[in-house]
Amino acid sequence: MRVAEKISAASEKEALVRFEISDLNFYYGAKQAVFGLNLKIPKNRVTALIGPSGCGKSTFLRTLNRMNETIRHTRVSGKILLDGQDILQMDVVGLRRRVGMVFQRPNPFPKSIYDNVAYGLRINGYKGRLDELVEHSLRRAALWEEVKDYLKKSAFALSGGQQQRLCIARALAVDPEVLLLDEPCSALDPVTTAKIEELMFHLKDSCTMAIVTHNMQQAARASDFTAFMLDGKLIEHSETSKLFTTPTDPRTEAYITGRFG
Amino acid sequence: MSRVRLLWRKSLNAVMLTLTGVAAFAVVSVLFLILGYLIWNGGRSLNWDFFTQLPKPVGEEGGGMANAIVGSLKLLFLAAVMGLPVGLIAGVYLAEFGGKTFSFVVRYTTDLLNGVPSIVIGIFAYSLAVLPVKHFSALAGGVALGIMVIPITVRSSEEFLRAIPGSLREGAMALGASRWRTIATVVLPAASGGILTGMLLSLARVAGETAPLLFTAFSNRFWSPGWGQPIASLPVMIYTYAIAPYDDWHRQAWAAGLILLGLVLLANLGCRLALRGRGMGRS
Amino acid sequence: MSTSATTIDGAVPPKAGPRTFIDRLHDGDEVAHVITLVFAATILLITSLLVYELWVNSHLSRAKFGLAFFWTSTWDPIFDHFGAAPFIYGTLVTSIVSLIIAVPLGLAAAVFLAELAPRNLSDSIAFLIDLLAAVPSVIYGLLGIFIVVPLMRTVVGPALKDTLGFLPIFQGPNYGVGFLTASIVLAIMIVPFIISVSREVLLTVPREQREAALALGATRWEATWQVVVPWARTGIMGSIFLALARALGETMAVTMVIGNDPKIRESLFAAGYTIAAVIANEFTEATGDLYLSALIELGLVLFLMTFILNGLARILIVATERGGGHPS
Repeated sequence: MRVAEKISAASEKEALVRFEISDLNFYYGAKQAVFGLNLKIPKNRVTALIGPSGCGKSTFLRTLNRMNETIRHTRVSGKILLDGQDILQMDVVGLRRRVGMVFQRPNPFPKSIYDNVAYGLRINGYKGRLDELVEHSLRRAALWEEVKDYLKKSAFALSGGQQQRLCIARALAVDPEVLLLDEPCSALDPVTTAKIEELMFHLKDSCTMAIVTHNMQQAARASDFTAFMLDGKLIEHSETSKLFTTPTDPRTEAYITGRFG
Repeated sequence: MSRVRLLWRKSLNAVMLTLTGVAAFAVVSVLFLILGYLIWNGGRSLNWDFFTQLPKPVGEEGGGMANAIVGSLKLLFLAAVMGLPVGLIAGVYLAEFGGKTFSFVVRYTTDLLNGVPSIVIGIFAYSLAVLPVKHFSALAGGVALGIMVIPITVRSSEEFLRAIPGSLREGAMALGASRWRTIATVVLPAASGGILTGMLLSLARVAGETAPLLFTAFSNRFWSPGWGQPIASLPVMIYTYAIAPYDDWHRQAWAAGLILLGLVLLANLGCRLALRGRGMGRS
Repeated sequence: MSTSATTIDGAVPPKAGPRTFIDRLHDGDEVAHVITLVFAATILLITSLLVYELWVNSHLSRAKFGLAFFWTSTWDPIFDHFGAAPFIYGTLVTSIVSLIIAVPLGLAAAVFLAELAPRNLSDSIAFLIDLLAAVPSVIYGLLGIFIVVPLMRTVVGPALKDTLGFLPIFQGPNYGVGFLTASIVLAIMIVPFIISVSREVLLTVPREQREAALALGATRWEATWQVVVPWARTGIMGSIFLALARALGETMAVTMVIGNDPKIRESLFAAGYTIAAVIANEFTEATGDLYLSALIELGLVLFLMTFILNGLARILIVATERGGGHPS
């Protein structure tokens, strides 16, 4: 079923905004990578970021949980409001608990499956019934049935697709309001990709998602809104169905019809 | 191309290549020679007394090296306590926090310290721990060995920490872990196997050192309670007994040599095999 | 499959508002940075202190003898007259002779391991040679006393005298201990370092070099000796310097077989003394502050020698890693 068709025009206007980005500029040293970006990311929806390699979509995604700060000599200006609070003024550790991330290549810790999922809970000081939460997260990531008897096994015993779902479970365990996905399926096979897209659909109700993807079909399938970026600038942003069928900007059209990319 | 010249070149080729093979095998056979001799001479002299008895008075036959065995263990313990934490934490600094110039200076100085002859380290430890109190002690020996442990531990800790991929760190930080939390709960555990092996190797290295102990821990023909008295150690005993004129002492020196070499080689063998198996950093 | 989110009871809620110093302190990152930095700085402290102590404690001797210390050859504890010349001589002679023995041997073995042996065999042998490097000095000394010394006295010495006895270095009485014996034992001790570093360096020489030579009709030996080894020569030089630095500082094995005679002699069969050996033997016997100070000054000299050599060695090895020693 096409996700985009489920959203009526009326509900789009009513959708609340989770992230509001105003005039965002980002620099790697002297080189500017994002130029004056303005974007609203709606709550409990999937927003896809598409664009050719090097257009800045991953860089932009990583500003949303300030992961770029781990790289030296980066600079960001502008405002990024998460539910009205500027994340650049916030405690970054607390921010990252609310805004989780799944990376391009699965990066489970060299610990057991259980300990991977429980990690975020433990460091954030959660005291409570870990077992239940671990199970809950694994269910949300559609991995529980496959690993429920092997929780103590090393995460590396899992296949690539399972590891990625484990990373999703790990990110979900701290119950983030937003989940950022940076090309999560690029290293995976089509079957696993479909599984992950399906679980994204189910997660929407409780979690806002932003996914960077170079796979346009995936964006068309799995997202409600799509933003097209080019050379560090936001070119067009609208409902997925509209962007893919009747794009307003000629560059958008050129990209999605494959004239460049 | 004259046939004679060609023949000459080909024979030279054969001869030289054979010689290189001979050289390689000659060097390796030295290892087996050493082991063989020690096992032959030392094995004959190993008995229960060796491990349980104290040395007999000079000139008398018999006795053992129980105090030296315990002494070496005590010294290694001191060296571990003093040197390993410094090495590890400095390694963490270099791998995780280091600024460019300061790290360079630290690494350079570590290499410098590593290259200092062990007898000079002995002089240093002497001036630090023996001169002020005017007597030899186990503690002074521990200081000397502890200093020697540091450079090896720093280098290996740094290496194994660097081998942990950045994606693991990012995964932890994205979950809201602070820098030090990431290091303590993800990076260090992941690198722990290699780091521990490196530590064991550094201890195996100083276990055989004699020179730095000659005027720090000195020696002792009796038990050495506590940490403030001169203490016997296997390497020093081997040295003392080997240069003495008593056959019985020579016999015991072989036995002690066998034990020392056996332990050092076993530790090295075990550690290196473990490192090869894991292929550096992966668990 | 449940899809609703649960709130986590008891989890620490994120803080709103700007971060204060207390917040950052709580994080622990700054603290961790400082603590680890302090430990790293400790190494600098230890090393500086070492140089300082050597300098200060050798003051008496330096003040009394000045630069003449380096070329005075008396070593007289009774009349408090000390000179470093015999020990510098002994250290240099044993180290250089040990290099003369070890370099051809080590280089040949490294060539075999890098060029000729199949990879598995090469790795296994290299592994065993690394074990050889781990054998403690005192064990080499033990074998030196009971195997090499008698051999020198009964077999090697006479053989050398018969063949090369016209050379002054092989004349004079031969009791088994002496410069030559110490050099042989040293050679065995440093050969593993030459082999392991040279082997690694040789393995980095690009295949194309070898192949180009072979394609021109060179024999394997010619390709190796005339093309591969020269390409790696800077790194090999580095390994030799490293081995030399090691040899200079070797104490126990040398002490046990060198004869402990502080004299400068021509013959390699003669007994001699090295800096490390005299410190090892006489430090605890030193009566008087000047005596001790002279020994510590010797330690300072040794430190400087190894410091310079190690520095040179590293420059050479790094240079090979960068450019293969060849301008392209």
